[in-house]
Amino acid sequence: MIEISDVGKRFVLHNQGGVVLPVMAGASLHVGRGECVALTGASGAGKSTLMRMIWGNYRCDEGSIRVAGLELCGAQARDVLALRRGTLGYVSQFLRVIPRVPALQIVAEPLLAQGIEEDAALMRARDLLARLNIPQRLWSISPTTFSGGEQQRVNIARGFIQDWPVMLLDEPTASLDAANRAVVLDLILEAKARGAAILGIFHDTGARDAVCDREVDMGAFLPGRAAA
Amino acid sequence: MTPLLQVEGVSKHYGAHLGCGDVTFTLWPGEVMGIVGESGSGKSTLLNCMAGHLAPDAGRVVFDTRMHGPRDTVTMTEAERRWLARTDWAFVHQNPRDGLRMNVSAGGNVGERLMAVGARHYGDIRAQAQDWLGRVEIDAGRMDERPRAFSGGMQQRLQIARNLVTGPRLVFMDEPTGGLDVSVQARLLDLLRGLVRKLGLSAVIVTHDLAVVRLLADRVMVMKDGRVVEQGLTDQVLDDPQHAYTQLLVSSVLQV
Repeated sequence: MIEISDVGKRFVLHNQGGVVLPVMAGASLHVGRGECVALTGASGAGKSTLMRMIWGNYRCDEGSIRVAGLELCGAQARDVLALRRGTLGYVSQFLRVIPRVPALQIVAEPLLAQGIEEDAALMRARDLLARLNIPQRLWSISPTTFSGGEQQRVNIARGFIQDWPVMLLDEPTASLDAANRAVVLDLILEAKARGAAILGIFHDTGARDAVCDREVDMGAFLPGRAAA
Repeated sequence: MTPLLQVEGVSKHYGAHLGCGDVTFTLWPGEVMGIVGESGSGKSTLLNCMAGHLAPDAGRVVFDTRMHGPRDTVTMTEAERRWLARTDWAFVHQNPRDGLRMNVSAGGNVGERLMAVGARHYGDIRAQAQDWLGRVEIDAGRMDERPRAFSGGMQQRLQIARNLVTGPRLVFMDEPTGGLDVSVQARLLDLLRGLVRKLGLSAVIVTHDLAVVRLLADRVMVMKDGRVVEQGLTDQVLDDPQHAYTQLLVSSVLQV
């Protein structure tokens, strides 16, 4: 479902003397249905960069990234938007929301955007929030004031509310206690069982071992290490 | 699917000075396009050319009309353009005073637009006006007050109700959250986002506020000195800007 071949990336900093920073070269991997693959490597190895290139908020400069058949390098904005609406889910590390929108609404939003009826969407959102141990009294409050772990769980609920065929997970178990970590791992295993292709970053090796089938070391795709 | 709006090579000069030059883009149904850039970059000129308030010197603005399919709004008659402006388009001004009639009651402001497209039954008009005031969170009890008795945020919401009551398909917005304080802005953004989704609206939003663009727009166009320097997916342009000017804009935002 995710096919990546020979992907390279560089940043050009126009306002800092036009410095060119090559950050990735020749990255290749694939993730099939029902498979969970972990990206590993030291900080700065390009794990998050690759995730963002697949999500589409980083541009792909060279090579090919195909998600569910769509080539993302040079894709039209509306094709990427359609992919995000129906196929590709992303649990980022941080929650970015409009300040006064209640948690329940935020979690339900991906379903509402798909045109699913509000009652059904909210019901599913309630189930997930309850499963992730977010106290009911917080559901009608905006998560901007929540603790880090609570925000992370709202983010996860939002990420898992839809049965995405392809999912990107950026540190889904960071800042969670043992009980909630177990719930998240269960959610990941359930997604795998229904056939989702998952690519993730897990610094928590226990979590990685519990859900991932393979690892890909991003350090192998650093461009010409001698130059650095 | 047919694009709702196709802008092709639109240019506008003010004497020798370039307002906007050679702008081309396509807006699809249900899409929200943001236009960002500093004051004087030509974003409002472009918006006004698209909405028929200004005649461009060159280029075409093709709108997919309900009756006759895609038509160039630059070359159609003034009467046709006005009819589109009343039925299919909406224009939300930065200053609500430019989009409201300050001497007419809140309900009247909303009802007037319905009457402009042929509604005549007083009870229906009043009921619809009331429904829309509710949707933009204005208490029904204030329907008969004049907008000058409202706060800035309420005036802006009233302007939105007045614009959307006739079920337009394309909304032009010029700095819709411009003069409002931050908490009111958030409320308005939430409202706009909900309306866009529920009604399947397309919108073009001019703003200098990158946070507004990130929350509302699917795609964004960055303008400088009348030219589009970069356009694409909103989060791609903001997270991985390619052009020097966009990089400067993004890195100039103050973190809170």
